[in-house]
Amino acid sequence: MNETVLELTKIVKRFPGLIANDNVDFDLKKGEVHALLGENGAGKTTLMNIVYGIYKADSGDVKVNGEKIEISSPRKAIEYGIGMIQQHFSLVPSFDVTQNVALGLKDLGIIPDLSRVKKQIMEISKRYKISVDPDAKIWQISAGEQQRVEIIKLLYVKSQIMILDEPTAILTPQEANGLFETIREMTKNGASVIFISHKLKEVLEISDRITVLRHGKVIGSVKTNETNENELAKMMVGREVILKIEKKTSEITGDILKVKDLRVMNDKGLEAVKGLNFEVRGGEILGIAGVEGNGQKELAEALYGMRTYSGSVTVNGAQMRSGKVMDRIKHHVAYIPQDRKADALCGGLPIYENLFIKAFSSPSMSFNPYFFVPERLRLPSLRFIKDYSISASSVDLEVKFLSGGTMQKVVLAREIGNSSPKLIIAVHPTRGLDVGAEEFVYNVLMDQKARGAAILLIAGDLFEIFNLSDRVAVLYEGQIIGYSQPDESHLEEIGLMMAGVKNENTF
Amino acid sequence: MKIRFEKRDKKPSKLLIFLASLLSILIALVFLGFIILSLGDNPLTAYWQLVSWGLGTVPGLIQSLVSMMPLLFTSLGVLIAFKMKLWNIGAEGQFQMGAFAATWGALYLFPHLTNPWLLIPLLMILGMAAGAFWGFLPGVMRAYLGVNEILSTLMLNYVAIYWVNYLTYGPWKGPHSYNFPVTAQFPQSAIFPQYGVGGLNLGIFISIGMAFFVLYLVRYTKFGFHLNIAGDNLRVGEYAGINVKRMIILVMVIGGAISGLGGMAEMSGVLFRLQPNFSPGYGYTAVIIAWLARLDPIATIIVSFFFGVLLVGSQQLQLFMQIPSSLVNAFNGILLFSLLASEILLHYKIKWMRA
Repeated sequence: MNETVLELTKIVKRFPGLIANDNVDFDLKKGEVHALLGENGAGKTTLMNIVYGIYKADSGDVKVNGEKIEISSPRKAIEYGIGMIQQHFSLVPSFDVTQNVALGLKDLGIIPDLSRVKKQIMEISKRYKISVDPDAKIWQISAGEQQRVEIIKLLYVKSQIMILDEPTAILTPQEANGLFETIREMTKNGASVIFISHKLKEVLEISDRITVLRHGKVIGSVKTNETNENELAKMMVGREVILKIEKKTSEITGDILKVKDLRVMNDKGLEAVKGLNFEVRGGEILGIAGVEGNGQKELAEALYGMRTYSGSVTVNGAQMRSGKVMDRIKHHVAYIPQDRKADALCGGLPIYENLFIKAFSSPSMSFNPYFFVPERLRLPSLRFIKDYSISASSVDLEVKFLSGGTMQKVVLAREIGNSSPKLIIAVHPTRGLDVGAEEFVYNVLMDQKARGAAILLIAGDLFEIFNLSDRVAVLYEGQIIGYSQPDESHLEEIGLMMAGVKNENTF
Repeated sequence: MKIRFEKRDKKPSKLLIFLASLLSILIALVFLGFIILSLGDNPLTAYWQLVSWGLGTVPGLIQSLVSMMPLLFTSLGVLIAFKMKLWNIGAEGQFQMGAFAATWGALYLFPHLTNPWLLIPLLMILGMAAGAFWGFLPGVMRAYLGVNEILSTLMLNYVAIYWVNYLTYGPWKGPHSYNFPVTAQFPQSAIFPQYGVGGLNLGIFISIGMAFFVLYLVRYTKFGFHLNIAGDNLRVGEYAGINVKRMIILVMVIGGAISGLGGMAEMSGVLFRLQPNFSPGYGYTAVIIAWLARLDPIATIIVSFFFGVLLVGSQQLQLFMQIPSSLVNAFNGILLFSLLASEILLHYKIKWMRA
C-alpha cells in the first residue's frame, strides 16, 4: 500500500497568458484513489494530460514505479500502464463494444480474433461487476454505459494507473454510485486511480487522499478521513464559499413564457424535445434539471428561435414564430447560451462591438443604418465595463483574448444590461467560471428576478439550480418527468427523476 | 534546436501585418529570381524592366492605371465576400458576364441610342445586373442548399468564359473582323470619355470611387456591421437577429455587381469590343490583391496599382528581354502561397528552443 507508482515533481506548464501548472508535485500510491480537486480551470486536466502524454511539460520530472521516464505520447503512456478516460470519450459510435475494445490492441494479428476479445470482456465485466453488453453498438448505449466501455478498455490492457477526468459529470446519482463501486473493485485488485473532480461530496466519498489545485498551484494534500467539506472548499477557492446565496423574494406576476406541446428535433433528425408544456411567471426562476443530452440544448435553441419546432411558444401573450430570432428580440427575450464562444460572441471583434451586436435588432436601441460608426460605441460601452466589472485593459481588446468569466460578463452586459429583458433563458450560465464570476452571475440573475423578469435556468449542476430557482422541473428524454422543490432534502427524489423514475406526487 | 509555434495573446499590430506582407513579396521576388536565372537572364535587370516603364514614364503610368482598373473592380468584388468568409473566386466569371451584358446592350439592345448620357448609365446597370446574377446563383445555392461557393463560383467562371467564346466565335462575330473572333466595335455613344491619348478614361475614376463606396459600405453602415459579425461567427449573426441567409445572397450579389461593372468598364473604357481571352485572369489576380490589401478597400487601390505596374512591366519584359509575360502569373502564384504562409506569423510567435 505504500509503494509509490507515480511521482510528479515540479511540473511547470505554460500557456500564453497563464501558467496552467506551477511547480506541481503529485504522487500516487499503489491501490489508492487520489483525488485531484479544483475549480474549472485550476489546471487539473492539464496536469493529467501531461501524465498521459498529450501535453509536454515545460519542466519537471515524471517517475513511474520509481523510474524517471519521458512520456511523449498516449501510446507511450499506455505502455507504462497509464490509462486515461477523458471527458469526451474516444469510442467509434458505429462499432460495437467488442470492436471498440479491440481497437488499438497490438497483439491481435491481421485477422483479429474478436471472440477471444469478447470472452475476455465478459470475464472482466464479471470480475469487476461492470455490466456491459459486448455486442451493443456504441451509439445505442447511454453515456454511462459508454463510460463503462472506456473502463473496460483500460482494464483489458491491464492499466495500473487510471486517470478519470470528471467521470460523474454525465452520470445520474445512481450511475455514479455504480462507478464508485467499480473503482473500489479496481483498487482492491491493485490498480491505482486518479480521480479528477470539482465536486466536494463525491471526492470525500471515493478517495483516500485529496490534492487541491488552485490557479495551477498545489494548495495542499490531505488524507480524506482527516478533512471535511468546509476545509476543502476553503482550499479550493481560497476563501469561505457562499454556498448559499440569499434568495430574493419578488412579486410573482402572470405567465411570461408559455410553452405548449413543444416538439423539437436534434441535429440527427430525432425528436429531442417531446411535447413540453410549462410556463414561467414574472419574478420567478424555473430551474430545469437533468443529465446533459436530455433535450436541454434543443429546448433552449427552440425557445430563442435558433431551431425550428412545432407547438406554441408565447412571450407576454405574443405568439413567437418558429425559427425567428427577431420575434424574441423584439419581445425582450435575453439568451445566455451554453457555448458562449460559439453562439454568443464574435471572438475576432473588440469588446465594444460585441456589446452592441444587437444594435439594429434590439427595440431599445436606434442607430442610423446608413451612417453608423462602430468606434462611437466605445464611449457607451464604458458604462457596461464598469457596471459589470469587465476586467480588460481596453474596450478595443478582441473578445477571444478574454477569460471565460470575463466573456460571460460581456454576454450578460449585452443581454441584460443593454435592455430590460422580460424573459431570460440561461443555459449553464456558470460553466467554466471561477467562483467569483459564478457569484457575479448569480447576483445578476437574482437582481433580474427581483426586477420582475421571468427566468428559465437550464443547468447541469444541481446546487446551481438549488441556489437560484423557485421551482425545479426535471427533464428526462425530452419530457418534464416531474417538478420538485429546490431544496437539498429533495436531492434523492430529483436524482431518481433524472434517472427516469417518475415521481408520483408532482405539484 | 527546435522550433515551436506559440499562439499570440494579442491582435497583430498594423506594422506587423505590413511587414508580413512585405516579406511575402520579397520571398516571391526571390523565387521569381531563380526562375529568371534558369531562363539565362539577370534577375536584377529583369526587375528593373518590370517596374521602370510602368512607374518611371508618363505613358507607362497611364498604362498602369488602365491595367489597375479591372483589377481594382474585381478585387473590391471579392473583398466584400471575403469579409464574410465567403470564398467567392467567381470575380472572373462575373467580370466576363458584365462585359458580355455591356456588349449586348451597346450592339444589340440599344444600337440606335446615340445619347451617351442615357446609354452609358444603361450599360452600367446591365453590366452590374449580369455580374450580380452570376453572384446570385452561387449565393442562393450556398444559403439554401449548402453548396460550397468555392466550387460553384469557380465552375461558373468557365460557363461565363465559354459563353463569351461562343458568342465571339459564332453569332456575335463582327462584320469587319476578317474572321477574327471579335465583335463589332462599340458605337461612340457607348464609350467612356477618354482623357488624352494614353487610354486614361472615366472607368479608372469610377473604380477609385467604388473603392471609397466599398469603404463606406463595410465600415460605416448597418450592412457593414452585420458583415463583420456574420463574418466572424455565422451563428452569432443568427443569434443577433440577422437574417444570415439573406446576408449571404446579398453579399454575393453586391460583389458580383461590382465585378460586373468592372467588365462593363473594360469594354466601354478600354477595349470597345468583346473578344475571347480579353481578360488575362483579372478575377483570379483579384483574390491575391484582396488578401495582400488585408481586405482594406483603400489599400486595395494601392495594391491593384502595384499589380497594374507588374502587368505592364511583364509586357516590357517580353518585348525587351524575351522573357514570357506569363512569368507574372508564376509570381502571383508564389505570392499567394507566401501570403497564406505569412498568416502563421501573424497569429503565432516563433520560439527557438534548445532540444
